Amino acid sequence: MGESSLVGRAHGLANPAVQRAHLEALVLPRRFEGALADSTLMPLKALEVNTLQVNVGKLCNQTCRHCHVDAGPARTEVMSLEVMRACLDVLERYDIPTLDVTGGAPEIYPHLRELIDGAFNVGAHVMHRCNLTTLLTGPCQDLPAFLAERRVEIVASLPYYLPKQTDAQRGVGVFEKSIEALRLLNGIGYGREGSGLHLHLVTNPVGAFLPAGQSSLAQDWKRELHRRYGVEFNDLYTITNMPIARFLEYLEDSGNLQPYMERLVQAFNPQAAAGVMCRYLVSVSWDGRIYDCDFNQMLDLRIADHPGMTIFDFDLERLALRRIATGQHCFGCTAGAGSSCGGAVA
Amino acid sequence: MNDTYYRPQDLPRFGEIGEGAPELWQKFSEWYGAVFREGALSEREKALIALAVSHTVQCPYCIDAYTQACLEKGSNEEQMTEAVHVAAAIRGGSALVHGVQMRNVAHRLQR
Repeated sequence: MGESSLVGRAHGLANPAVQRAHLEALVLPRRFEGALADSTLMPLKALEVNTLQVNVGKLCNQTCRHCHVDAGPARTEVMSLEVMRACLDVLERYDIPTLDVTGGAPEIYPHLRELIDGAFNVGAHVMHRCNLTTLLTGPCQDLPAFLAERRVEIVASLPYYLPKQTDAQRGVGVFEKSIEALRLLNGIGYGREGSGLHLHLVTNPVGAFLPAGQSSLAQDWKRELHRRYGVEFNDLYTITNMPIARFLEYLEDSGNLQPYMERLVQAFNPQAAAGVMCRYLVSVSWDGRIYDCDFNQMLDLRIADHPGMTIFDFDLERLALRRIATGQHCFGCTAGAGSSCGGAVA
Repeated sequence: MNDTYYRPQDLPRFGEIGEGAPELWQKFSEWYGAVFREGALSEREKALIALAVSHTVQCPYCIDAYTQACLEKGSNEEQMTEAVHVAAAIRGGSALVHGVQMRNVAHRLQR
């Protein structure tokens, strides 16, 4: 596994079309659309749009092994002020209740504060997907207080409660810095009972296997993080690694792609399929394009009936009833208890 | 290649054994499923026990299946290695405690 992004290494998988082709070429027991049809969910359609998920870009201070965004320090794709303000305009115009900010590392996005302030001022609830280590850097030192003042919900990535597994996925030294950042957040009330400042952790398996049950794992995590490091948090979200970008590269290089995909297919859960997040949100890319979810965004799989829609011609009525574009990667969101940006769904 | 008794691709074919005795297979499957459901022990604890026993009975299929199951139930490699040590300690201790029999026989023969 290289230390830089697929794009930085000019790797074939840097091209979303190549990724889609690799996934489509696999011989699997069934197609995702067949599994949906067997569950009377075909065609998969949106139910509403209660969340605008905004991916502010691919710039990140880390190069995590599993990253489906292929983010990294050398990536230059960052959302312009114009696109960001168009997102705020959509939030206000359609009264969408939740803004979900992701990246890359949103903390190092230059217009983050204007984005969050804008959403806060129109009454939207803001979720901020945080990689933790950025909070220790100079420009972000007052960011936790800024987020706390606006009651922003923080969803932080931590694959495991021990250094070995976390550093294997996110880079050497990341665990120690992440714990320091969590203590910092706890220090201003985040994750503390009764503070109203919500701090959730996201864990995804460090390897080619499915995540554990969310509720049973949460008990272990709360006990271990408190006992070992004095860290507290609210909820634990388990997320399945998606066979996209660098995790796809890892699966191919380690010889795990075929068995992992078979495992996802075998674990298809109709209940999880009925509750997938794409039925409730739309995803905006750094350049303003609209997708069904962040995963489809990274595979450049456009919205089925409105492939050219951008944030500038956003049409909530059409999007709320849209047909969702699917592929074999979607088995990642429907395996076992399911997986979404908010953890298990079934 | 069929040059070994143990082939990884045979593990997902486990259910084929039901073709010879479907009713018995159904009873086994239901019981097996119930055994591993959350009860007085968590699913994670049960998977760790299964992993240890898999090493005791030295079944490669079981080791494959329960290594994955343990990871998917949230155990880490350190915990799984300790579980295998428990199995190994019982096997080793079991051999050693039979030494008392050896001593009994030796003492009887050398009385």
